[in-house]
Amino acid sequence: MGTFIIRRILVAISVALTISIVSFMLLHLSGDLATSIAGPEATAEQVEQIRIDYGLDRPIVNQYLDWLGGALTFDFGRSYYYQSTVVDLIVDRMPITLTLGGLALALAVSIAIPLGVLAALKRDTWVDRLALLFAVVGQAMPSFWFGLTLIVIFAVTLQWLPAAGSDGWQHFVLPAIALGYYATPAMMRLTRTGMLEVLEADYIRTARAKGLRTGSVIFKHALRNAIIPVVALAAVELGFMLGGSVVIESVFSLNGLGQLAWDAISRNDYPVVQAVVLIIALFYIVLTLLADVANAALDPRIRTR
Amino acid sequence: MTISNVSPAESSASTAGASLGEIPLPAPAWSRVTRRLFGHRGLAIGLIVVGLAVLIALFAPLLAPHDPYHQDIANRMVPPVWHDKGSWIHVLGTDKLGRDTLSRLLFGTRISLTIGLVVALISGIIGTTLGVLAGYFGGRVDAVISYIITTRLAMPVVLVALALSSLTGGSLTTVIVLLGLLLWDRFAVVSRSVTQQVRDAEYVYAARTLGCSLPYILLREVLPNIAGSLIVVMTLEMAHAILLEATLSFLGMGVQPPLPSWGLMVAEGKAYMFFQPWVIAIPGIALFVLVLAINLLGDGLRDLNAPGGRN
Repeated sequence: MGTFIIRRILVAISVALTISIVSFMLLHLSGDLATSIAGPEATAEQVEQIRIDYGLDRPIVNQYLDWLGGALTFDFGRSYYYQSTVVDLIVDRMPITLTLGGLALALAVSIAIPLGVLAALKRDTWVDRLALLFAVVGQAMPSFWFGLTLIVIFAVTLQWLPAAGSDGWQHFVLPAIALGYYATPAMMRLTRTGMLEVLEADYIRTARAKGLRTGSVIFKHALRNAIIPVVALAAVELGFMLGGSVVIESVFSLNGLGQLAWDAISRNDYPVVQAVVLIIALFYIVLTLLADVANAALDPRIRTR
Repeated sequence: MTISNVSPAESSASTAGASLGEIPLPAPAWSRVTRRLFGHRGLAIGLIVVGLAVLIALFAPLLAPHDPYHQDIANRMVPPVWHDKGSWIHVLGTDKLGRDTLSRLLFGTRISLTIGLVVALISGIIGTTLGVLAGYFGGRVDAVISYIITTRLAMPVVLVALALSSLTGGSLTTVIVLLGLLLWDRFAVVSRSVTQQVRDAEYVYAARTLGCSLPYILLREVLPNIAGSLIVVMTLEMAHAILLEATLSFLGMGVQPPLPSWGLMVAEGKAYMFFQPWVIAIPGIALFVLVLAINLLGDGLRDLNAPGGRN
């Protein structure tokens, strides 16, 4: 187990480094940053001045190493737009995105798992079909459009909940639904498939033959085994949701990390873009690492792979 | 050749990876496919709707009642026909510039389908190449390619696509190229695991023993036997690409005006959605229906592919 964890941590660190290199290179090579920052009206001299001021005239490898040296001590430089360091901006906005992601995941899990179990138990009945329909619709719904539709129905027509802002818990209800529905179908399907597989296993037949109550068989024996891959998927989905929250935050005017990234992208504030991409990737990497370790702890066969 | 159906099926049960989801199997004989094709409701619906969308995209200039780019300031925000103030001249109404919504919707089918097809093709070539090489050779090649896949999966696609699209100026072509270069992960993951299943099959051994060249083995023996799974992934990635393009365009960093991208139409209608909700409802429903149909098609094909049907 120890070597497994150490090996996974080393892979995680090198993945994080690779991503920092790739995103740095992509941002610096897919366009001329100095021209973008200077704007369409700038003269050639102004562009050159910006290139020198921002250190963009130096070799890209030097620029990257400087940036990485700072990033290792959580110093991502200063924002081009705000009078503030990038770290302060991120620390300021992070709680909103984490709240949104956490709530969305909680919502998704609390719907996906019971629904998946129910669909598996009532296989090929109308319950199963309804669950499948719910999943299929969720997978096809553009999340930005679903968010807008929720606003029109619940904030404008019914006036139950606020449409924008982040002052109280009410502000997180609609965004969490919009983001959570996106993560629900995959988890529900995986729970269903896992339950169907497990219910046919020999140890379930043994448990039933011992005369255990159905409830105990389903929850203590079947669900505990079926849930293992769902735990891994939930971690991955949370990572996806943190990255995808840029869309939902824009729709609901939530001032989180996603909104910060979107503003930074439209204002060519590259130190912020760079840092947010890395932070979101780090979240994903740590989450999948934890999921892998949890999986290995629950299922010893995985460790030897 | 019955071997081609038996050996992957046997190994599939043990290799159904936890984190990789259900992995479809190689395609059965086409006669069996056609027999099951019409017995599957979801698949039939998906086929019909996607077929209709293709026809609409091809014949959009003939079907559209108006020029999708023609602005008519005197007729702005005309409601659709079922509304009290609607008229048959603009069946789905007009937008804030007086452009006919139905015509824009019909022409928008072209953008969505082009994005879906070309992105799936580009990412399919990249992902399948990586996946087949990793699955066939295993060992160090597999380790390197798996590492590339892991790295790609950890990159936040929406953010990276937004940033790069904004930097490269956002156009239909750049969106297609960007998404094509980003969305190959699922192709790689699936083709890697199905190639692992067929690489030790007897027909591959036979080809190797006969001294067939490596490209011949990969293209003529391996690829046809994993094609069924790849088609399923292709539908999923088409749907994914269409949704992502709409999202990028909605956020203003994808396809640029005046092109009738459905995501852009929702963005343009956003300011009016409180009193004229149909301006966002119509393009949103179009997106939903197309993506739903493609997903149904993919799910149906996967069921046809799997020996036991839906599981």
